Amino acid sequence: MATFGAEDEFSVAQAAPNVRFAKVKSLVGAGLLVLGLPLALLTLWWAASINGLVSPQVLPQPDWVVHTFLDLLASGDILTAAAVSFRRIADGFLIGATLGFFFGLLIGKSTTADAYLGPTFRALAAVPSLGWLPILILLLGIEESLKIVILAKACFVPMAISTAEGARNIPAGLTEVAQVLGLRKRTRFLKLTIPAMAPFIASGVRLSLSQAFISLIVVEMLAGTDGLGYMMVWGRTLFQLDIVIVGMIVVGVVGFVLDILLKRAESLIIKGSGDG
Amino acid sequence: MAERLLRTLFPRGAVVPMTAAAIWWLASSTGLLSGPIAVSPLQVIQTPFLDASGRELWAALLASMMRVFAGGLLGGVAGLILGYVAGMYRAAGLGLSPTIHTVRQVALLAWIPLLTAWFGNGEGTKLVFTALSTFFPLFLATEQGIRQVPKPLVEVAQTLALRPTTRILRLYLPAALPNICVGLQIAALSAWIGTIGAEYAIGNGRGLGSYVASARDQFRMDIVIVGVFALAAGGVLLAAAIRLASLKLSPWNREI
Repeated sequence: MATFGAEDEFSVAQAAPNVRFAKVKSLVGAGLLVLGLPLALLTLWWAASINGLVSPQVLPQPDWVVHTFLDLLASGDILTAAAVSFRRIADGFLIGATLGFFFGLLIGKSTTADAYLGPTFRALAAVPSLGWLPILILLLGIEESLKIVILAKACFVPMAISTAEGARNIPAGLTEVAQVLGLRKRTRFLKLTIPAMAPFIASGVRLSLSQAFISLIVVEMLAGTDGLGYMMVWGRTLFQLDIVIVGMIVVGVVGFVLDILLKRAESLIIKGSGDG
Repeated sequence: MAERLLRTLFPRGAVVPMTAAAIWWLASSTGLLSGPIAVSPLQVIQTPFLDASGRELWAALLASMMRVFAGGLLGGVAGLILGYVAGMYRAAGLGLSPTIHTVRQVALLAWIPLLTAWFGNGEGTKLVFTALSTFFPLFLATEQGIRQVPKPLVEVAQTLALRPTTRILRLYLPAALPNICVGLQIAALSAWIGTIGAEYAIGNGRGLGSYVASARDQFRMDIVIVGVFALAAGGVLLAAAIRLASLKLSPWNREI
């Protein structure tokens, strides 16, 4: 055994610098691999558009896209569109998530309410935003109220489902303790119900905001006159694909950042409620 | 006893929709609800069978289903293969996954303007869009499933020097199947909504989306309601069918 041990040590000492070198090498290799496909696609795009293989109405040059992006940013078009879109999300979220929270609390806490309202709610929740759109267009036109109602619905459903789940999952032991201690309703709600449900509420908020963002794009593209989604439709009507591509990139980046921020906030809240 | 009979005849979940339908019917038959878009529930039920333009529902449904099938097959096979490759080989995973995950961040419908410029306002765009909406969820699920294949089993397969086909069919596919099945459900719903979204946005040709879009333009609320009901029911049925098929395919699967 001793000889084996010595041998091991010997080989480790020998291999140590190699390991570090191999690590660097594999990191560089990984970086090259990650960047390979995007770079290849970008080169292909650039080469095809420079040499006139594709018309600019089908695929504009990459530098045009950058140029258009800077133009739209400098003129404030992107910011105005984004402001309009965010205002809609905020309004829709405030209305939809609040209602969804109370509805979720109701069907989560009371089995009678769930028996009466649950099936109807689940059936209506199965209709995607895309389905509500034509019905609501006929009822409301393509005014601002249409967008708010669609976004509110998009927030309502995940919020209600998560809250109901949270309300059902309050540990029975804690409820009994609260009963034994004879806590007042208000204390019980603030000290037991809300903290126990916090992780579920957090994931409800995350899901409803990401749903709202997707629905926002749907409603602005199909029934919009302004906002980020409309910017792409507008670019397409003008045959300015550079605007379309800028719009897609902005939508992608905004969606990505939103997702990351919300996931981080959710994990913070889950950790916080676990400590508490 | 009487209460129990009442409950089985009218389950509590049916109270709200039945009351709503009764109020709707009363309001429209007494003329409280009037105007160009006011329709009665009876009219909505008759529309897919008796109305001339309402009857196009069935052809539209068939067209959309075919599109989901064709586009879904295209995107699904691509998603399965690329997901397998990306999950299986580290190099391929590094080369493919970050790019695909980045591209996935773009909300799906935002692809439509670009795709219509590339593939025109016809069948091409709709198929590519459906394929795209199937591809992403299935790629994700397959990649994850393959990555989660238990290491000891992989080592056993190596020690036994199994042939690649045996290894795929006997180890990787069964181990990744639970993930793939969940991905398949998401992908099917995504393909269904994607197809109808593309039809709705483009607005020409046959399909459930264009059926609803043209009814909306003609202010035919009854047809719109029928179409939207078909959209929701189709999605639920599709998901249920896939879940059933997954259970048959992988009885060892407990994640469904």
